[in-house]
Amino acid sequence: MFAYTVRRLLQFIPTIVAITLIIFLLLNVLPGNAALMAGGKNRLPDDVMEKLKERWGLNKPIHVRYLLYMKDLAQGDLGTSFFAREKVSQMLASRLWPTLKLACTALLIACLLGIPLGFYSALRQGTWVDTVTMVGAVSGVSMPQFWLGLLLMFLFSVQFKLLPTFGYGEGAAVNLILPSLTLGVGYMALLARTTRAAVVEILTQDYVRTARAKGLTKIWVNRKHVFRNTLVLLLTSAGLQFGSLIGETVVVETLFSWPGIGSLLVNSIFYRDTPVTQGCILVIIIGFLVINLVVDLLYGVIDPRIKYQ
Amino acid sequence: MKKALFVLLAVSFLCVFSATTLYAVEKGGAFNWIAPYGSSVSSLDPNASDDEQNELVCINIHRGLYKWDASQNAPKLEIAESVSSSADGLIYTYKLKNNVKFHNGRQLTADDVIYTYNRIMNPENAFGASGLLKVIKGADDVFNGKADTIAGLRKIDDLTLEITMERSVDPAYALFQVNTAIVPREAVEDTTTPFGSNPVGCGPFKFVKWVKGSEIVLEKFDEFYEAGKPYLDTLVYKIMGDSAARDIAFRAKELDANILYSSQYAAYSVDPELSKRLIEVAEMYTRMIAFNRDYTLADGRKPFEDKRVRQAFNHAIDSDLIIKKFQKNKAYPASSFLAPTTPGFDPDLKGYEYNPTLAKKLMEEAGYADGFPLEIVGTESDSYGTGAVEVIIPFLKKIGIMVKPVTLEGAAKYERQKNGNFQAIIGSLPSGPDPIQQLWRFHSSTDRASRNTPAFNNQQFDQYLEAAAAERTDMDKRLDYVKKANALFMEEAPLWFFNYNKAIIAYHPWVHGIQKVGPEMMFQDFTEVWVESSSPRAK
Repeated sequence: MFAYTVRRLLQFIPTIVAITLIIFLLLNVLPGNAALMAGGKNRLPDDVMEKLKERWGLNKPIHVRYLLYMKDLAQGDLGTSFFAREKVSQMLASRLWPTLKLACTALLIACLLGIPLGFYSALRQGTWVDTVTMVGAVSGVSMPQFWLGLLLMFLFSVQFKLLPTFGYGEGAAVNLILPSLTLGVGYMALLARTTRAAVVEILTQDYVRTARAKGLTKIWVNRKHVFRNTLVLLLTSAGLQFGSLIGETVVVETLFSWPGIGSLLVNSIFYRDTPVTQGCILVIIIGFLVINLVVDLLYGVIDPRIKYQ
Repeated sequence: MKKALFVLLAVSFLCVFSATTLYAVEKGGAFNWIAPYGSSVSSLDPNASDDEQNELVCINIHRGLYKWDASQNAPKLEIAESVSSSADGLIYTYKLKNNVKFHNGRQLTADDVIYTYNRIMNPENAFGASGLLKVIKGADDVFNGKADTIAGLRKIDDLTLEITMERSVDPAYALFQVNTAIVPREAVEDTTTPFGSNPVGCGPFKFVKWVKGSEIVLEKFDEFYEAGKPYLDTLVYKIMGDSAARDIAFRAKELDANILYSSQYAAYSVDPELSKRLIEVAEMYTRMIAFNRDYTLADGRKPFEDKRVRQAFNHAIDSDLIIKKFQKNKAYPASSFLAPTTPGFDPDLKGYEYNPTLAKKLMEEAGYADGFPLEIVGTESDSYGTGAVEVIIPFLKKIGIMVKPVTLEGAAKYERQKNGNFQAIIGSLPSGPDPIQQLWRFHSSTDRASRNTPAFNNQQFDQYLEAAAAERTDMDKRLDYVKKANALFMEEAPLWFFNYNKAIIAYHPWVHGIQKVGPEMMFQDFTEVWVESSSPRAK
């Protein structure tokens, strides 16, 4: 397992290099540049813009800029924000925890509600419980986060006055409820559907029939034989979703004024603050890679039949 | 007679008493305000700040030689108590107030002004504000690396500063901008904390905390030079880029005031309660379409070289209808380039009436009875982008102009605007507060890359502007020249004059002191804002 982990970690390097190249090219071949966005509605004089381009290195050829970027990246330097004039690594550091907190809570909500609902629905296949659960799940998947967030805000803040509408609130749990629900509902629905499909399939397997034939109780069969075998599938689904969750915090963070990487990314794209955009995307990608690795390693723990060479 | 006099006195007393009671300022409390332009604030260093989102916060932390006086709709002296100018208008001598302190407790002196202005012009910094200070003699030399310090700045004593201008120009319009606010050297050069994230100013509120991407907390500066002010204890900026979320937060009373977008304005203006507390102003921005005179058709003709085509474009579109139906009345129809709040705006100037028959006739007279195809470049904005272009397509089709909107992202659009790579381009241009500065962008000496988007060139217009700039003593005469230049510009129609933005702030009943700020409504100075005890955040 150790050798496998090291090998996977080493595979990160070419992946990151390839992705940084793609991102760098996409961000830098677009017409216009950050200097054109400086000054807001009152655009800057030409000579000031030229100075800014010089300061930001935008006058250099694109391949030189990329090599300089990679050189800095190899030394752990993500560059300096054009507009905040701060190190990108510092900006990301202060925003990483709120994003992780939001994504983890959303995933927790999705797992705690989605898996039992899907499981129960599969066991009651064809009944009204199944129908209601799956209609709910389809609705949950279909609902845009943006709309759901506004709806929750209106309901819990304006009507019931129970929760704060927006903000981080010094990291208080009460501020986390609405954003994480907004982010988690779609994934909860997706997990419920995945769980149901997996359980329905496993229920038809020979070993389940054998277990029942042996006279084991229903609870025992479901716990020991059905649930355990759905776990690999669920882990894959939840793991991949967690990676996506980090990326999808963009909408929710902007809506709820949540101080995470998503809202930073949106703003940096708008202002063409490329060092910040590159830094945010890089963090999201690394997060995705790490989660995938963790999921792969967990397979072996959950299912002893899986062995890493 | 005596009885009548008594009644009169009693009524007067009651009026004064009730007015006093009604408007007695209540001190203390917190105010939840917003930073609505995006999901981040990038820097609170006023000199380095590059856009409105940063500046609207900086305005309450920092102060400069002048500030915008919303009640007079003009710049006024701020940290200086008096100014005198030489007869030729080149030398300005400022006497600084002797009680201006930075938030670190140190008194502000003339050295700080000189340090700040040199910092702004330092080419290493490449601050956007450097464009504002070029009116000072020698500032450009520092920016171009020819000098280390600005020659036009001279300290007479700790509280007296002399500024020599490059040419005869009132510096107030440049120096009221918060980008030129004065900063303390020791705080800027303190390498332990970046100044942009831990600003030290001399304004009414001092910096306390910044949760990046979420909120900025300021608190009352007790040693502020205006005794007894500010009234609020705490001012919190909630960084909220989403207008629907802001609307809900305002309705949930988590925000004390909110800026409205079109859809919200439509709802608020018909609500019996909410409509009572809306404050509206025509911001000094003019939404327009600039025509490119070099646009050449396949047969070699250049339609926009003909004034009649440009005028036909203006007559062909029912701007009032678009504003009413599409923009939900959240704009004022444009009658010329200068906005109603800009000095020199002429209310008698009626602009182009909607007259499709006349528009068609003008097109025929110009030899374009069959019209021509036209690409209009813009961002995706409904207010001044391709969203608005889509609405004018049917109007222009009636006079044969077949419009194709081309949507670009902000920087890409601006690059094409600078390079003249467009047939027509839609956008929003600043049209105040200094009418001469804003009209000067259309002076023949200003090229397209330097903001003369339609590459306007008219000698008579130049002469009016030059006469206005040269007139220093008679302000009425000066404004008269401005009006003439503005009227001529309108008549020449190098633009389609669409509208002026109507900026609207909604506030709760406990809020007092929100003002109409023409240059940018969000630039609210909170020195005199206060909240009643009915506020959920009252002391």
